[in-house]
Amino acid sequence: MAEVKTKGEVVLNRVAIVAVVVALIVMLTPIYWIASTAFKPRSLATTVPPTVMFEPTLTPFAKLFTKRSQLRQPVEEDVYEAAPWWEKLIYDDGEQVVKNRKTGAITSSGYWDRYKNSLIVSIISTFLAVSMGTLTAYGFSRFKVKGEQDWLFFILSTRMLPPVVVAIPMFLMYRTVGLHDTHLGLIILYTAFNLSFAVWIMKGFVDEIPREYEEAALVDGYTRLQAFWKIVLPEALTGIAATAVFCFIIAWNEYAFALMMTSRNAQTAPPYIPSQVGSGLPDWSVIAAGAFLFLLPVAIFTFLLRNHLLRGMSFGAIRK
Amino acid sequence: MARIELQNITKRYGGTRALKDLSLTVEDGEFFVLLGRTGAGKTTTLRVVAGLEKPDEGRVFIGDSDVTSWTAAERDVALVLQQYSLYPRLTVRGNLEFPLRPKVRNMNEDEIRRRVDRAAKTLQITHLLDRKVERLSGGEMQRVSIGRAIVRDPRVFLMDEPLSALDAKLREALRVELKKLHQDLGATFLFVTHDQVEAMSMGDKIGVLRSGRLVQVGTPSEIYERPHNTFVARSVGTPPMNLIEGRLDGESARLGSFVLPVSSPANSEQKVTFGVRPENIVIQSGAPAEARVFDIEDQGVIKILALDMGDTRLHATVPAGTHVNRDEVVRFGWKPERVLSFDPETGRNLAL
Ligand SMILES: Nc1ncnc2c1ncn2[C@@H]1O[C@H](COP(=O)(O)OP(=O)(O)OP(=O)(O)O)[C@@H](O)[C@H]1O
Ligand SMILES: [Mg+2]
Repeated sequence: MAEVKTKGEVVLNRVAIVAVVVALIVMLTPIYWIASTAFKPRSLATTVPPTVMFEPTLTPFAKLFTKRSQLRQPVEEDVYEAAPWWEKLIYDDGEQVVKNRKTGAITSSGYWDRYKNSLIVSIISTFLAVSMGTLTAYGFSRFKVKGEQDWLFFILSTRMLPPVVVAIPMFLMYRTVGLHDTHLGLIILYTAFNLSFAVWIMKGFVDEIPREYEEAALVDGYTRLQAFWKIVLPEALTGIAATAVFCFIIAWNEYAFALMMTSRNAQTAPPYIPSQVGSGLPDWSVIAAGAFLFLLPVAIFTFLLRNHLLRGMSFGAIRK
Repeated sequence: MARIELQNITKRYGGTRALKDLSLTVEDGEFFVLLGRTGAGKTTTLRVVAGLEKPDEGRVFIGDSDVTSWTAAERDVALVLQQYSLYPRLTVRGNLEFPLRPKVRNMNEDEIRRRVDRAAKTLQITHLLDRKVERLSGGEMQRVSIGRAIVRDPRVFLMDEPLSALDAKLREALRVELKKLHQDLGATFLFVTHDQVEAMSMGDKIGVLRSGRLVQVGTPSEIYERPHNTFVARSVGTPPMNLIEGRLDGESARLGSFVLPVSSPANSEQKVTFGVRPENIVIQSGAPAEARVFDIEDQGVIKILALDMGDTRLHATVPAGTHVNRDEVVRFGWKPERVLSFDPETGRNLAL
């Protein structure tokens, strides 16, 4: 349909576009900065003013995944030639990969392990929070619950305290029961964080689904659980996607508890990246590479769910 | 096929009592229409029968079984609603198959296909089978909803105002079709509506529901001719029955200064509310009463006159050929044998 716009509307439209572009630039600059620094050689990472045109290199990533030491003397020709491409990049930068004296195995930096921990903890806790939240929301939405309002308020109230306030007692409790520095410990913690949030958002979505759909299924001979699977879940998918993205982001980015509750085994990426800043002279491009890789899962996850999110972000307004 | 019996059902929602001691029997193969205004408890009654709502008191029987404690799935009834009974994510075929797919039915694909095709043919929706439900018109949607009900030979059909969202033409067409469907299937129908025309034209029996109570049950003509009280009297017929305050004195009715004959005499003089349907009012020169024509509505075959007799507004239907003018003063009488008398306090029909 062709829309006829008045002159005023055209001007307004342009102003809006300019505003959006400005806002985008402001918001995306830090991300661009991190992304570009991740591909800069060390020498260009901290130049003032920042270098915009440069030849991108994978050196920061090669360094990110390995443990290195300074080269005392130039590396021998044949050793250099025999090395894989990423090791050459490290040699080029005047460093060498630390290797096991006996086996010659490469010592990894630990970044990948932390990254894996982040993935495990975030994915599992998101799954738990969203599935339990959806079921709880369904219960509150469809059944008469005694003191429903009070329960819902109670659930929300668990988020009213800044979580760090309870960090020390939590820490002591975790130490006592042996959850300190375990995946399970962090998963429980993040699930608990996100659950209240998931219940509230999902309740909004489930409330929007006409109960007539399920009731028709019940009359048709389906059990309550089958009706939930066949009718409610597909209808709630939009809300589930939105909730999952939020929960994932919160779990993925969580820093304070990850720092306190883990030390080696279960440490996630957020506390690890800044810990690298402290050791010696910071290598900003390596840190940027770490941060850049860290940004990717949320971006990918959000991108995959984008169709659901566009509708889901309007919180429950599924129907026209 | 089965009969439905409700025994002394009471249903409360918090403080409000939606159904009060409701007893009702729908015979096997009967088309029973529950007629009531908004909030009368029609939907609640259907939900209680379907098992979507547990009554606080009373028992529900379907066939010979006491199903009060059965789940909706176990009761094997079909429910058609005014809207929202189709799944927007599925095609028409998907929707029709849905009631056949529960594991308990254990039906093979051939049988499912056969039944869906048969139902589609019955309702003339075969050409729509592969369409998404969102792309259907209101009338088509209701056809599919009815199709969803008939694919699986339920013991009883429950319908909650299935036609009320449709426009008048379509409603009339579907009314006829539903009636025919009922005859072909020979099934028990409990049909709920607030539309008296629908009730009168479709029901083998009508139950008039008022604030959760069943006021009267009867055939359409019983309801029309012999209402138990003024409420039922005004629930059916367009325009509704005229109610006129007056006195019954021997064989005559005194309406203000006019005296009209009645055929059901009273022994002692008493205050009475007379009920007379518009078609039983006769405009005639020399008739005993007098009124001013306030309005004339020409409907083609008939004219509906609004008459002012003193402070009382009356309606009369007269042949279209009758010549009257607005503000004209006309003389009228009534057919004495068709006049009903009600108790002015309670509204009860004095003849019953
Ligand atoms: N879930 C509910 N919670 C509280 N009150 C309810 C509920 N369902 C129905 N009621 C009340 O019970 C009474 C009967 O409602 P019901 O829906 O059966 O009426 P109805 O005859 O179907 O009306 P309508 O023609 O408007 O559909 C009404 O007063 C209504 O407000
Ligand atoms: Mg209703």
